Amino acid sequence: MKKLLILGAGTAGTMMANHLRPKLYLNEWDITIVDQYKTHYYQPGFLFLPFDTYTENQVKKNGKKFMPKGVNYIQKKIEQIFPEENKVELEGETLHYDVLIIATGSKIAPEETTGLLGPLWKKDIFDFYTFEGALALRNKLRDWQGGKLVVHITEMPIKCPVAPLEFSFLADSYFRKKGMRDKVDITYVTPLSGAFTKPTCTTALNYLLKEKDIKIEIDFAIESVDNDKKVIVDYAEREIPFDLLVTIPTNMGDEVIGKSGLGDDLNFIPTDHNTLQSKDHENIFVIGDATNVPASKAGSVAHFQAETLTDNILLYIGGYPLKKEFDGHANCFIETGNNKALLIDFNYVTEPVHGNFPFAKIGPLKLLKESVFNHWGKLAFRWIYWNMLLKGIAIPFVSRNMSFKGKVFDIKPDTK
Amino acid sequence: MSVKTIAGVELKVSVDGYLEDMTQWNEEIAKEIATELGIELTPKHFEVLNYLRVKTIAKENLTIRGVGKSGIVDIKELYVLFPKGPLKFSSKIAGIPKPTSCI
Repeated sequence: MKKLLILGAGTAGTMMANHLRPKLYLNEWDITIVDQYKTHYYQPGFLFLPFDTYTENQVKKNGKKFMPKGVNYIQKKIEQIFPEENKVELEGETLHYDVLIIATGSKIAPEETTGLLGPLWKKDIFDFYTFEGALALRNKLRDWQGGKLVVHITEMPIKCPVAPLEFSFLADSYFRKKGMRDKVDITYVTPLSGAFTKPTCTTALNYLLKEKDIKIEIDFAIESVDNDKKVIVDYAEREIPFDLLVTIPTNMGDEVIGKSGLGDDLNFIPTDHNTLQSKDHENIFVIGDATNVPASKAGSVAHFQAETLTDNILLYIGGYPLKKEFDGHANCFIETGNNKALLIDFNYVTEPVHGNFPFAKIGPLKLLKESVFNHWGKLAFRWIYWNMLLKGIAIPFVSRNMSFKGKVFDIKPDTK
Repeated sequence: MSVKTIAGVELKVSVDGYLEDMTQWNEEIAKEIATELGIELTPKHFEVLNYLRVKTIAKENLTIRGVGKSGIVDIKELYVLFPKGPLKFSSKIAGIPKPTSCI
């Protein structure tokens, strides 16, 4: 019996188990998936938790529900991967593999920034990239009286790079609805040179910041948080004061990757951009946030990767050359507040463009333009996630590679 | 893309003024670009520039964090050497493409 081992039962790992089980003969291949946590979180929902749009129960389910029959699901901590010996040590157990898929994701590392975990952490400084953080922030916002709200990105790459901007837009709507927008000053602080990570987006969408009266501070590389003065300080000694700091701490791959010597300096694994095979070990494949590929760390990307990776695992075990197919395709809804949203579609080389999606001329979704339809799309996506995406059911009309149908290349990025 | 004469050499540069072909670079070109940015290059600057060029040839992704761990300078020193644009200005002077950040 051959052994296929998947590390991590998040979005990417769960999808791979669902894709591969029906395609590998039960009497030839044993499939095991390991994750220490019981709960599977709908991470895009963490954006809505702080604003009381979603409840706790809407964003979490028991992970076991999404595992197909015939897959061993082990809930133990992963201690170390030994790639030369094709084995993985868990707490009190050793697993051997013929093929390994690493889907251990990324997580926040607030300890990387001096002063972030100081006396104000979870009092006036919050993250919303964890369930606990989003919940604590919700409780804070419920009776916050206003002041300087600073939304801040520590360094790239981060999971779902548009989430902090969406958070700012939603905060604007939230405080307007509460009738206290005049008491809140919102500043968006980024290490990049524009609000969006893609220049075409910055050109097309900068009006949103003005419209919502959100100030922006660019090129800010944080050095430390001063808990006494309530300011964040960058390496050039620029200071930005806050009453409430919502920060995206440094994102890193799992520490088991570092411990096993498989990662770069942020514990992300060097991975072939197009095949998703690890660069150092031919029987190790990497998917989702755990890779170092220059695509968004987002569920939609993991979804497109999963289709290519499924084919490549089958090709690999059959002894065939791998498909160099994955193009960095990402497809993201961006909430802009007031029940509207944008949709962007892009890949490694093509920046987000105008147009209709998924059907040329028809849509119904509009690319890079605010619409109510897009907002409904984002909300509907939670159902799609739980009921289709995790189970590996293809989403109709949305292809793994970026399609150029219905797209209009009319934006020239601003260059300064 | 446009053509610009720097230190007596005709160079293809991007709209933002980054060299299109990093092999055309030399130390004189670096000095002239640096002067335009108000920076006077020292041997320490060149250590950083060479590090960036080596990493670019090796197709490694450049980050401020990575330079900070290079053993040449820490992040604070990088800001002192290239004020206001630690990675952008150093990349421009090193003759390598504009640093990209992944969405």
